[in-house]
Amino acid sequence: MADVRLPGNLVDLFPGTPRRLELPGGTVREVLASLDARVPGMHDRLLSAGPEIREHIKVFVDGRQAELATPVAPGSVVHVIPAVSGG
Amino acid sequence: MTRVLLMVGTKKGAFLLESDEARRDWRVRGPFCDGFEIRDVSYDPADGAIYAAATSPWFGPAVFRSPDLGETWTHSSEGLTYGDDGPKLTRVWSLTPGHGALYAGVEPAGLFRSDDHGASWRHVEGLRRHPSTPNWMPGNGGLILHTIVPQPDDPQRMWVGASSVGVFETTDGGETWAARNHGVRQDYNPGPPAEVGSCVHKFALAAGTEQTLFQQNHCGVYRSDDGGANWQEITGSLPTDFGFVMGAHPRDPRTAWVIPLTTPEHGRLTPDAKAAVWRTRDGGGSWQRLANGLPQENAWLSVLREAMGVDSMERPGVYFGAQSGQLFASADEGDTWREIASYLPQIASVDVAVLAD
Repeated sequence: MADVRLPGNLVDLFPGTPRRLELPGGTVREVLASLDARVPGMHDRLLSAGPEIREHIKVFVDGRQAELATPVAPGSVVHVIPAVSGG
Repeated sequence: MTRVLLMVGTKKGAFLLESDEARRDWRVRGPFCDGFEIRDVSYDPADGAIYAAATSPWFGPAVFRSPDLGETWTHSSEGLTYGDDGPKLTRVWSLTPGHGALYAGVEPAGLFRSDDHGASWRHVEGLRRHPSTPNWMPGNGGLILHTIVPQPDDPQRMWVGASSVGVFETTDGGETWAARNHGVRQDYNPGPPAEVGSCVHKFALAAGTEQTLFQQNHCGVYRSDDGGANWQEITGSLPTDFGFVMGAHPRDPRTAWVIPLTTPEHGRLTPDAKAAVWRTRDGGGSWQRLANGLPQENAWLSVLREAMGVDSMERPGVYFGAQSGQLFASADEGDTWREIASYLPQIASVDVAVLAD
């Protein structure tokens, strides 16, 4: 199980969702699929067609920026981070 | 008691303003859909819900729904996609209820339909099967499908408008579409007028007619009496041929409102720094300048294509919002105006609904 940390402005879109979850998956793609299974609709908020991680979303595994294929080991910490953007 | 609900889409969320039938005092609520840019907000009388066309710089496009006039909101993007192999859907731009469904116009230009109150969507594929699709070019606002006009008496018939592509009509429920741009100038096109490539900004169906349409285009104002097959220019005495909005009267098919703006080379602003709405009472044969109560000094307003609404009261109210955050209202068809909000975020859209308890 991965230790998944979600940003506040994301969980605000899904009332009742905690910012920290334990989710299964051996890659970032599988962890995000588990997240969507737990909280339907998360896939569309984090991934665009391709599928690809949205342009202004970054995922880190144990402190290193990750792609969908990046391996996730049991106990890994997966951070989902909205980029600093806007105006 | 009758209430009038104004729905305002801004770069920083949606706002709701509510008044009684006098439409003089307004209560402002918002922002809703926090963190999302709202391009259109619509009320569906069929289910009493408000829908917002929303796009987040982080979390992408979605349609928000409030079943209780803004108290609670949910959102969905299920089915709002051209597929993993298709172009990325970047924005939801417009929402229009019709014939028991809800339609969404998106960027890149395409039409989606929901039959479950926005919970899920399916692509109306026929439009993007039009042979002109590879030649579709974006306007300044993007390659957006911004106008959706269902024919109220015929569920198989509908018009849509995309920039800078043009008007299309379907008469078979969206399976096939025909371009409807004949007679519209394309001043920016050095060649002969093309079937598509018309920079439609907004159009509306004249009340009670089967197929009379008013259009504000990049290159003039037009009317069509044959469902868009042929357009006649009615720019006439308007101070410029450029503008974005087009408002149609809820019952009188000869009355419409526009807001002329300076040309793109001169900023797309209210001419001479004076705000004015122009109204025709005779189908575009003549125009009357309406500015009583609007700022007439140092007023460089930019009013975008979705930013005018017309209510259905006995004497219709007309509303418009500016990118600089001012919202103006008239309770007498434009004869007199008041500024009812001054400091909203950049206004992209203004819609209105009349609610009867």
